[in-house]
Amino acid sequence: MSLETASKILRPVPREKAFYFFTSIGNYTGVSASSLKEFLERVNDVNVKSLEFHLYRGDFEKWIAEVLQDVELAGEVKRLQRFDLTGDTLRSQLSMTVSRRYKRLTGQLGMART
Amino acid sequence: MKLKNNTLSLDATDLEILRALQENSRQTYVAIGRRLGIAHSTVYERIKKMEEERVIKKYTALVDADKIGARNITAMMSVYTDPKETERVAKKLAESAEVVELYACISEELLILAKVFAASQENLHAFIANSVAPLPGVLRIRTSIITRKFKEAQFSITDDSGGVRL
Repeated sequence: MSLETASKILRPVPREKAFYFFTSIGNYTGVSASSLKEFLERVNDVNVKSLEFHLYRGDFEKWIAEVLQDVELAGEVKRLQRFDLTGDTLRSQLSMTVSRRYKRLTGQLGMART
Repeated sequence: MKLKNNTLSLDATDLEILRALQENSRQTYVAIGRRLGIAHSTVYERIKKMEEERVIKKYTALVDADKIGARNITAMMSVYTDPKETERVAKKLAESAEVVELYACISEELLILAKVFAASQENLHAFIANSVAPLPGVLRIRTSIITRKFKEAQFSITDDSGGVRL
């Protein structure tokens, strides 16, 4: 992956393109994420019902692919749907998946700077 | 109809005319006059005056949106806001075609209450996620989808027994 692509994925997005966490149709938690870093932080502390709601609707993969433009991570998140995860197991698996990708991307940028 | 201390005062005939119009605003002056036992010219004059003074704001049609398939989902949306942004959020929501009624309310917190029409649950969610949640000052949103309607009416100047409320 080029540095340009990694940098693009990690950039903050405008407010209207942020991810807004809901627990069900029309019920917004007040929690949002405007970058992959923020998304990872929110995954770790948002109401777990919100993670269940969005994962199985395909909202996470859609946002990651269309807004962050990280097709690889979108695919990894989509794969989590097959395990029928719920609750804290879902939270930790999702967090691990996003965290791994985040570290890889930031590591790549860090190496380029040194 | 008289003007007293800058307040309009309607007499019994005015109220009876309003009641007749609220039942059916398409009936003729002659029909209303006949019903009230007054000349149609009197009915015309009174109605004209009440229109001029904006006592009668407009004549409209109550459309059954379900029958024409214009909506499948009706929801009540409570938008909790930062008090400094409430006005701005409300004005923005008022511009949305999906919002058909909009109020600012005080309960435990200041909130905006909106009645929302949408073609499907997915459209409702997309509207709230893409057009409401991102508005600056929106703290959280609670939405209830209406499953059954027990009453829908315009405010009537008469009560159930036919007496005037005013």
